[in-house]
Amino acid sequence: MSSVRLAARPRGAAKPRSPMAAPRSFLWSRRIFLTLLTGFVLLPVFVMVSSSLKPLEDVSGKFRWMPSGLTIRPYIDIWKTVPLAEYFVNSLIVAGAATVCSVVIAVFAAYAVSRYQFRGKRVFTVTVLSTQMFPGILFLLPLFLMYVNIGNATGIALFGSRGGLILTYLTFSLPFSIWMLIGYFDSVPRDLDEAALVDGCGPIGALFRVVVPAAIPGIVAVAVYAFMTAWGEVLFASVMTNESTRTLAIGLQGYSTQNDVYWNQIMAASLVVSIPVVAGFLLLQRYLVAGLTAGAVK
Amino acid sequence: MSDTTVTTGTTGTTGTPATIVQGGKEPPATAPETGRAPRLRRPGRLRRIGLPYLLLLPALLLELLVHLLPIVIGIVMSFKELTQFFIRDWGAAPWSGLDNYKVSVDFDAPVGEALLHSFLVTCAFTLLSVGLCWLIGTTAAIYLQETFKGRGLLRALFLVPYALPVYAAVITWGFMFQRDNGLINHVLHDQLGLTDSAPFWLIGDNSFFALLTVSVWKGWPFAFLIMMAGLQNIPRDMYEAAALDGAGMWQQIRRITLPSLRSVNQVLVLVLFLWTFNDFNTPYVLFGRSAPEAADLISIHIYQSSFVTWNFGTGSAMSVLLLLFLLAVTGVYLWITSRERKSAHV
Repeated sequence: MSSVRLAARPRGAAKPRSPMAAPRSFLWSRRIFLTLLTGFVLLPVFVMVSSSLKPLEDVSGKFRWMPSGLTIRPYIDIWKTVPLAEYFVNSLIVAGAATVCSVVIAVFAAYAVSRYQFRGKRVFTVTVLSTQMFPGILFLLPLFLMYVNIGNATGIALFGSRGGLILTYLTFSLPFSIWMLIGYFDSVPRDLDEAALVDGCGPIGALFRVVVPAAIPGIVAVAVYAFMTAWGEVLFASVMTNESTRTLAIGLQGYSTQNDVYWNQIMAASLVVSIPVVAGFLLLQRYLVAGLTAGAVK
Repeated sequence: MSDTTVTTGTTGTTGTPATIVQGGKEPPATAPETGRAPRLRRPGRLRRIGLPYLLLLPALLLELLVHLLPIVIGIVMSFKELTQFFIRDWGAAPWSGLDNYKVSVDFDAPVGEALLHSFLVTCAFTLLSVGLCWLIGTTAAIYLQETFKGRGLLRALFLVPYALPVYAAVITWGFMFQRDNGLINHVLHDQLGLTDSAPFWLIGDNSFFALLTVSVWKGWPFAFLIMMAGLQNIPRDMYEAAALDGAGMWQQIRRITLPSLRSVNQVLVLVLFLWTFNDFNTPYVLFGRSAPEAADLISIHIYQSSFVTWNFGTGSAMSVLLLLFLLAVTGVYLWITSRERKSAHV
């Protein structure tokens, strides 16, 4: 928005960062670099969109930049070629439940860290964050065995069920969610919840009546982040799901590495599954970026 | 050891004293250093002290259950002879001492040799990928620092690879790298005529470059994001002062922008390194269960050694070795960079 307003001014004047007039070499190199980079970034997006509108001949023979004829058949056929609807529902349930749980748990934890002084606070934040650094493969095998054994011992089916996957995914987004929310809660003035406490709210009341409503953008950003994490995860889904609980990640991946692939349909499916998260991300970009980067910069 | 050092990484850009992790930000005048929020006058001392722990409990339990406990179990497993016969009751598997480790690091035998090869491939891959991601991300962030027409659009566009679900993006790249009907060969072979015959990209030695391309495409926007945020923290008057002293644009970038990004870099490079080194999703979606030798990243390698051969003991030993390597690299890296930063400040 600010760029639009500034664009009306003469070119040399629009420089809030650097007071110097940019030399030609800078402007030219910028133009070239950004053009090339945009091409690189958009190439797969172009392939995805154009191929999804092509008839099958166009994608099974030599690559064509432009479709020989536009068709929306791939978008209809894909639901029959693979059980896409089933994968979609599985992904939706798993990612949705993981998001809700992760956000609720992160709200409580972030509130504690943001508003209270207590012993072990630093240890807690560091431990939780450092779990992000461990390679997934390290706890994949033991977790797999744990789920199998818990299932055998108690009858609670974690392995192969959506429940096990939800439990796993929510812990993936939890550390960053807590971290981001601490930042957002810190920016809510303490006077507000102290006033609520004086008015007779309990600490939990103050959290839900004052702090949470004031930090809604942050909470939405955290939710999008948690959803993206669960929606795109591959490693654990490849081990922890079976025929009936398979998520999009594994369903599409399995199909795309077969010998005979209808690429136009796969591209259509990839586009369909991307739209919800990309749209969500771009809409909430600003909040997400602020939250994601707060830790690294500060 | 990584714990203490990780936080040093998050502290202090010059000029922003507060850290989030510390929680000591904007210390309220009413709360002395004794802790425990005395300003919250709620009845019941025990409840007051217990509440923060109660709030943390769910998060703590889950992280313990899904991350820390499995790591401990994994370490125990690595000392056992754990094959498919013991999956249902892994406690009954016989102890095997250091056998799994000996097999893993015996570089003359096939298992150790393959692991070493995979490790070296991963190192080369990580070095190139992190380097390129950093370079592209930083350059793009610096070019987008100033306002110009279309800047907002470009910024949103550049975040698309980050926002796309990994598998959707990687499947698309997989299609582009197909030998007979992919875009890459169409351009290189058919249109530009650079090669005599259409090369394979997803098998053989070329697969390394295919993997690298996808990894950079997917990874650089994160570097870009962090760098953009870092640039916003550089006070504007520094540029003004430099301009008054007659420093040109390029000089300002070299003398002000890059040095100011030092602390952001410290964290960014580490995070990129860890993510790239451990990357499983990209090679798995690109190549399926069996990655070509030239692109046999360590995570895929361990995964295959475990789930294809059902030999969990050796797989766990390899995972533990990987963890030790990552901890060592992280420790050394933070030690060196923190020392450099300290000496730079003095």
